[in-house]
Amino acid sequence: MSPLPTPSQTVGPFYGCALPSPDGHRVAPAGHPQAITVHGYVRDGAGSPVPDALLEFWQPAPDGSRGGAPGSLRRDPATGGHAGRDGVTFTGFGRVATDADGHYVLHTLPPGGVPYLSVCVFARGLLHHLFTRAYLTGGQVAEPWLAALPAERRATLLTRPEGAGVHRFDIRLQGEKETVFLAFD
Amino acid sequence: MPSNLPTQQGISCEIDQQAKAYAASGAVRHHPPRDYPPYRSSLLRHPRQPLVPVRDPEAAELSGPVFGATDVTESDADLTRGQAGEPLGERITVTGRVLDRAGRPVAGQLVEIWQANACGRYAHRRDRHPAPLDPHFTGTGRCLTDRQGRYCFTTVKPGAYPWHNHTGAWRPSHIHFSLFGTAFTQRLVTQMYFPGDPLLPYDPILQSVTDATARSRLVAAYDHDLSTAGDALGYRWDIVLDGPAATRTEGSRP
Ligand SMILES: [Fe+3]
Repeated sequence: MSPLPTPSQTVGPFYGCALPSPDGHRVAPAGHPQAITVHGYVRDGAGSPVPDALLEFWQPAPDGSRGGAPGSLRRDPATGGHAGRDGVTFTGFGRVATDADGHYVLHTLPPGGVPYLSVCVFARGLLHHLFTRAYLTGGQVAEPWLAALPAERRATLLTRPEGAGVHRFDIRLQGEKETVFLAFD
Repeated sequence: MPSNLPTQQGISCEIDQQAKAYAASGAVRHHPPRDYPPYRSSLLRHPRQPLVPVRDPEAAELSGPVFGATDVTESDADLTRGQAGEPLGERITVTGRVLDRAGRPVAGQLVEIWQANACGRYAHRRDRHPAPLDPHFTGTGRCLTDRQGRYCFTTVKPGAYPWHNHTGAWRPSHIHFSLFGTAFTQRLVTQMYFPGDPLLPYDPILQSVTDATARSRLVAAYDHDLSTAGDALGYRWDIVLDGPAATRTEGSRP
């Protein structure tokens, strides 16, 4: 018999000393010529910024490989503090907390084989994380479930270009322009 | 303290109503609903639209991040070490296995924890609870699971702390856990509670898990055999990750 799942609980307000790291948002190796920036705001049902959300990003490497690599959260064995990424390895994983304005920034490389970054949203007040996707396609979407969504809903999954290599992706937890969140059971 | 906050009695009444509505529904729900009004912070932070199912065997979420020796230091699993002195409080070990929903061990994956100190205070600038900080305790730890999916932490038992959900709101002692499986879909952030804690029935965050047996899976077991093995009281807590993973044979990961 399969074991029953452990229930989710909110990340709460005090994860800040444990989960984020200073370069969690720098998924692209340092100075990489193909690096892109994805940024945006997380807002609640009243339109107010969510200053204590934690976003995680996962994606295939530009060559399409999905194995990831260790090193997203390297530690310094001497001090026990953050050692930072090694500046060379592409781990496929990013983690960034929103700032006091509910804003986040991610620097990464274009995903290979799929047109999207996978996003997992945690926040105080959110009892169970939410999955969504940031599509980098400029509106071209092939997946049937995505094409079947009303245009207004689908638009919440599409990043908006903001100049060379910069993509805007806002997340609305509730209400007007509520982001489409995904289930993978 | 003058406030518009509801009373514990009012919140307990709402918790009871939610439990009755769940029982009447006849459904089985392992996770908390995102819309759980007794936890007031959930009101504006849950989507009203249903989740959109993605049934795609090629979905990137069926793979996930990996971690390794470089992402932890050996001493990270002992929260009582690494400072100039010993932290105050009751020393405990917390150990268990991380399994996927097929019962397979999740090996070599990252487990992260954070908690309040023995007095119920987080080493976080925004924690305004006037209990003392402990200069010898940061309350954060991490480790990689072994080949059998086991993790083990040495720490101190966290204290209960007040919060502003309602008047007289106190969180039971708990340790926050963050877990990764072999797929991004298996991601889990949760909280571990202590057996026999009198605050458990009053807490809307724990009670948001309206299924009583599911809720019991968030409470660790005291294990005296673990306690006698060392200088800390032992607790055992196994974790089962939900969500699908890519079906793959050993070594087939691209
Ligand atoms: Fe807490």
